Amino acid sequence: MNIVNLIGIALQALYRNKIRSFLTMLGIIIGVASVIAMLAIGEGSKKSIQEQVSGMGTNMITVIPGAQRRHGVSMGREGAQSLTFNDMYEIEKNSNSIMYLSPEVRGNGQVIFGTENEPSTIYGVNLDYLEIKKFTISSGRMFSEREILTSAKVCVIGKTVYDNIFGETNVDPIGKTIRFNNIPMTVIGVLNPKGLSTFGHDQDDILIAPYTTVQKRILAITHLHAIVVSAISEKHSAQVVEDIENTLRMTHRISKNDEDDFRIRSQEELIKSFTSISDVLTVLLAVIASISLLVGGIGIMNIMYVSVTERTREIGLRMAIGGKGRDILLQFLIEALLLSMIGGLLGIALGIGSTKLVHIFMQWPVYIQTEAVLLSFIICTAIGIFFGWYPAQKAAKLDPIDALRYE
Amino acid sequence: MKHIIQISDLHKEFHMGDITVHALRGVSMNISEGDFVSIMGTSGSGKSTMLNILGCLDKPTSGSYILNGLNMNERTNNELAELRNQQLGFVFQSYNLLPRTTAIENVELPLYYNSQVSAKERRERALYSLEMVGLADRIHHTPNQLSGGQQQRVAIARSLVNNPVVILADEATGNLDTRTSYEIMALFQKLNDDGKTIVFVTHEQDIAQFTKRSIVFRDGRIEKDIPVEKRDNAAKKLAEMPKEDNY
Repeated sequence: MNIVNLIGIALQALYRNKIRSFLTMLGIIIGVASVIAMLAIGEGSKKSIQEQVSGMGTNMITVIPGAQRRHGVSMGREGAQSLTFNDMYEIEKNSNSIMYLSPEVRGNGQVIFGTENEPSTIYGVNLDYLEIKKFTISSGRMFSEREILTSAKVCVIGKTVYDNIFGETNVDPIGKTIRFNNIPMTVIGVLNPKGLSTFGHDQDDILIAPYTTVQKRILAITHLHAIVVSAISEKHSAQVVEDIENTLRMTHRISKNDEDDFRIRSQEELIKSFTSISDVLTVLLAVIASISLLVGGIGIMNIMYVSVTERTREIGLRMAIGGKGRDILLQFLIEALLLSMIGGLLGIALGIGSTKLVHIFMQWPVYIQTEAVLLSFIICTAIGIFFGWYPAQKAAKLDPIDALRYE
Repeated sequence: MKHIIQISDLHKEFHMGDITVHALRGVSMNISEGDFVSIMGTSGSGKSTMLNILGCLDKPTSGSYILNGLNMNERTNNELAELRNQQLGFVFQSYNLLPRTTAIENVELPLYYNSQVSAKERRERALYSLEMVGLADRIHHTPNQLSGGQQQRVAIARSLVNNPVVILADEATGNLDTRTSYEIMALFQKLNDDGKTIVFVTHEQDIAQFTKRSIVFRDGRIEKDIPVEKRDNAAKKLAEMPKEDNY
């Protein structure tokens, strides 16, 4: 008996018990759909975190001062003054995997224009900063090398600062002089908005000025708060981290056994730490969904058992008219397989559909992986074979004489 | 005349715990082509066991069984299944039709197990079989839309569809009223007239009267094997019967 005939027979048998077949499939449908939806939601949230983190800057590596110890006493991190412009210069010199790098000094203060005033943060940086942090200028211009050299009192303002200070009067801010902590500064440009970061931080509440200006005129310091670096590519970031570590240990004269007095944070590390939670969640959701898939498989086994018992006479008849044990085994196995595969296909459709609905109505980030869809289909096919085998075996082993007489 | 079935010194024993049941104790008989044999006997006489062996559903303990020139001894279960599919037709007391399945699909069933038959040929042969039993106008009816007699006709059509060398009927009229029984016997007589070899197990004497030869079993042996005298013609008897008085 060929396989096409067997599939025909199995389809007939399933069609004869439409409602029962559908209800049996429902277990698999729900199982597969929930596996796909759960993985899509888990993967989606992971993707969105990754996107937001990399939106903070491309292959960004941040160097900040670490805990300093003097005579065994930890001085804490806040007041550390260990990073200098010379460190940055050395880093640039000692690594050839760096694309951009910029010093960073920060100062909090009050921004004042006319009758408006609002607290904000000024960042003292160089020209590379825009590239590293993925900022773009919406109007006006960035400051120039020359303005860095001359510690010019110019600044570029973020969208939030613009809204707070110029929003109501709606004047063109370019060329206007604002005051930051009573230091008058000329606005030369406005940044395109970046919105909130994943962690709720307003990335547009910012003023950007030459680091020399911020160092000398606003903070009156000579050290740096941070050095931000951008590697040539994602692959190079590990190399850059290593280069920075070696350079700084040298320039800071740290002996072999002492710990670093600086800390290097790469974006990769950041992504890892933020996605680890969503990874755990994804696995958890997938496990729960797989359990429902398993329950669906048990449902198939149950129905196949009932079916074999109920159709004992049919099996006897099939054997009497020439069905071999193998034919009967295959018939019931194919029935179980069809149940699980059709259920699997419907489940995939339902899973993708419901994922799309979640995305549309709840705005959740989703990402449907082809691998996840294929895998859940393969698993549910395997479930069909696994749970269909035993009842099919039982059917094939029936004695035709007894089966024909079965009441 | 060619012998379709040749049986000699057939024994069958069943072991039930410590007890050995001798169902057949040395049966020998030949059935030739075109014969119409009834097998009778009380319950426990061995007639059912005989039919199971004739139908290749069971294997004898000893003795030889040659069907259509093929030795049935020492065959595997798969070979027996193939032989059932190609050499035999079965008709059962309780019809054994698949529920919720149309008459034509039921008749096609044996051909599904023969991979040499194409889908088109399958349908044609099933239609032809249903025409032979007079149900050409009922092919798309399911068993629950058919009367008992019609269901048995479908079963007979199913037994004919593979063009078997012998049709084995097991109490084929047991579930039917007298009139319908006669109709079925008339059909069997017609098929026999067309050259079909039929072995008919029954316990009703009047049904056996329609056959050509009567074999009576008793305690696992053939007690009587005689030609039927004053054989009845079912079609004629049916015509003589009073018209159905719609009770």
